[in-house]
Amino acid sequence: MKRLLLILAAACIALGAAADPVPRRVVSLIPAATEMIFAMGAGSRLIAVSSYDKFPPEATKLPKVGALLDPDTERILSMRPDLVIVYGTQTELRRGLDRAGIAYYTYEHRAMPDIMATIRSIGARIGYAAQANALAASMEQALAGVRTAVAGKRRPRTMLVFERDRSSLQNIYASGGYGFLADLLDTAGGDNVFSDLKQQSVQASTEMILAGRPDVIIELRYGQSAKDSNPSRDLRAWDALGSVPAVKAKQIHVLVGDEFVVPGPRIVDAARRLAQILHPEGEAR
Amino acid sequence: MQHVRGRLIVAVAGFGGLLLAALVAAPLLGTTSISLMRVFDRSIPFADNADAQIFFVARLPRILAAALVGGSLALAGAIFQALLRNPLATPDTLGVSSGAALGAMLAISFHFDFAIAGLSSVSLSSLAGSIGALAIVYMLATARRRGLSTTVLLLAGVTMTAFFSALTLAVQYMTDFADTFRTVRWLMGALDVGSFTPILAALPLIAIACVMVATLPRPLDLISLGADAAAARGVDVQRAERLALISASLVTGAAVSISGPVAFVGLVVPHIVRLVVGSDHRLVLPASALFGATFLIGCDLIARTLFAPIELPVGIVTAVIGGPFFLWLLVRRT
Repeated sequence: MKRLLLILAAACIALGAAADPVPRRVVSLIPAATEMIFAMGAGSRLIAVSSYDKFPPEATKLPKVGALLDPDTERILSMRPDLVIVYGTQTELRRGLDRAGIAYYTYEHRAMPDIMATIRSIGARIGYAAQANALAASMEQALAGVRTAVAGKRRPRTMLVFERDRSSLQNIYASGGYGFLADLLDTAGGDNVFSDLKQQSVQASTEMILAGRPDVIIELRYGQSAKDSNPSRDLRAWDALGSVPAVKAKQIHVLVGDEFVVPGPRIVDAARRLAQILHPEGEAR
Repeated sequence: MQHVRGRLIVAVAGFGGLLLAALVAAPLLGTTSISLMRVFDRSIPFADNADAQIFFVARLPRILAAALVGGSLALAGAIFQALLRNPLATPDTLGVSSGAALGAMLAISFHFDFAIAGLSSVSLSSLAGSIGALAIVYMLATARRRGLSTTVLLLAGVTMTAFFSALTLAVQYMTDFADTFRTVRWLMGALDVGSFTPILAALPLIAIACVMVATLPRPLDLISLGADAAAARGVDVQRAERLALISASLVTGAAVSISGPVAFVGLVVPHIVRLVVGSDHRLVLPASALFGATFLIGCDLIARTLFAPIELPVGIVTAVIGGPFFLWLLVRRT
C-alpha cells in the first residue's frame, strides 16, 4: 500500500513537471537579474551567469557564459536552458534562442521603480511570484524609509560622478536626471545638479561643474576603479575648481561598491549609504 | 624672393589675424554667461570667483589646447602630404596616433595608476605609445642607407596602423564594459583638459619639432616634385626626409597626448590652405599651423555650445563641419 502511494506520488510529480511551464534551468546574462533571482530565493534555478557576475558569492561558482557584448551562444545552447535573461540590445543572441526554441526574458536598465517591477515579473515567470512580491515590497518599504528619514532636511545640490580619469578632471561622467542613479540620489535626499538633463549619463565638462556649483560631489568606485593606490592624491585634482562649494567645503566623497552600479536588490544599501553621506547626522540609518 | 616674402607677410598676417580673433572671442563664448568685469576683479579671491574660474580653468586651457592640437595636426598633415607626395596623407598615415591610441587604451583598460607632474596616466601612456610608434617608423626609414621610398613608407604606415588598431581592438575587447565606453570616447577626441599641465607638457616637443620644421620648406617644395629632382637641385633628400618624418610625428604625438585623436583636421586644413595660398611650403606650413589652430578653436566652440549644456566630442564636429566645407571648396574650384 505504502509502495503504491509512493509510486503514485512520484507519477504525480513527474506529470506535474511535464505540464509545468515554469523554467527550472535559467541562464542570466545580467548581474542585476542574477542578484534579484538569488534574493528571492530562486538561486537554485540558475545554471549559468554572465562573466561580470560577482554577487552573491554563490553566483561566482556558476559557469560563466559571456556577457553583454560577447555572449557565448553555443555554450548557452549546450546547457539546454529553458529561460535565458538577456539584455534588450542582444538581438543576435535572441535570434539564436528563437531558432533553438528557447524562451528568453528581455531586460533593460531603466529607472528605480523598474527594478521592483522587474523583480516581480521575473518572479512570476520562474514560479516565485510570492517571494518576489515580498522582496519587492520590502525594498519599496525600505526605500520609503530612507525617503522619510531625509524628508524635510536641506537637500544639498549633488553631483554623482561614476567615471573620471585618475588624477585629472578629464572624462568626468555624472548621473543625469533620469535613471536609477538619479532616483537613488533623489531618494537619499540630494538634488541632482544635472537634473534638467533627462539622460542616464552626462559628460560633465569643467565649465558645467563650475556653473552647476554642487554642494557635494560623490564619486562612485566599483569593479576595477575601486582599487586605487593613492586616493588622496587622486582627489586633489578637484582643487583646481576652488570656487565650487563642494571643493571649498571639502565635501567630496568616495563611495566604493558594486551596489551603486548594479540596479538590483542592493540598491537599498546603496540608498542608505548615499543618505548617510548627504545627511550625516545619523538620522538615515 | 621679395615676392614670396610679401606673400608670406600677407598670409601670416591674414591667418594670424583670424587665429587672434578666435583666441580673443572663444573664451568669451560658452554655455554660461560670465562677466568680464568679475573675471578680472582682483578684489575677489580667485578661489571664490566662479567667473574667473570658468574663464581661466574651464575655457582658457581648453582653447589653448584646441589651438595647439589643431595647429600641430594641420602642420603634420601638410608635412606628410608633401613628404609622401600623397594628398590623402594625414598625421596618422604613419601610425603615430594609432600608437598613441594603443597607449591610451592600455592605460584606461588596465587602470594604470600613476601620474607625473599632474599628467594623467592616459596622457603619459599615449605619449609613450606615439614615441614608440615614431621609433619604429624611424628605424624603418633608416633601415637602408638610401632611405625608404615613399611607397614603402606608405605601406609601412598602413601596416603599422592596422597592427596598432588590431592590438587596440584586442585590448578593448578584453576590458570591462564601462572601460570599453571610456576607450571609445577617448578615440573621439576631447579638449576639456581642465588645467594647463597637459599643454605645458606637450609644448617642448612641439617647440623642438618647429625648429626642425623651419629648415624644411624649401626641401619639401622640391621633394614634393620627386626625390631625384630634389637631389639634383642639391637637397640632402635623406636628411630632409628624416627631419620631416620626426618633426611631423613629434607634433602628432604631442597633440594626441593632449586631446586624443581629432579626426580630419590634419587632412583638410592643409588642402584648404593650399587652395588659398598655393603650394609653396614657405607659406603652406605656417599658414596650415595658424589655420589649423583657428579651425579647431571654432569646431570646439561649436562642440561645446551647439547642444548646450550637452557637449559633442570635438572629433565629430571637425568631420561634420570640415567634410562638407571641403567638398564645397573642391567643387567650387573645379
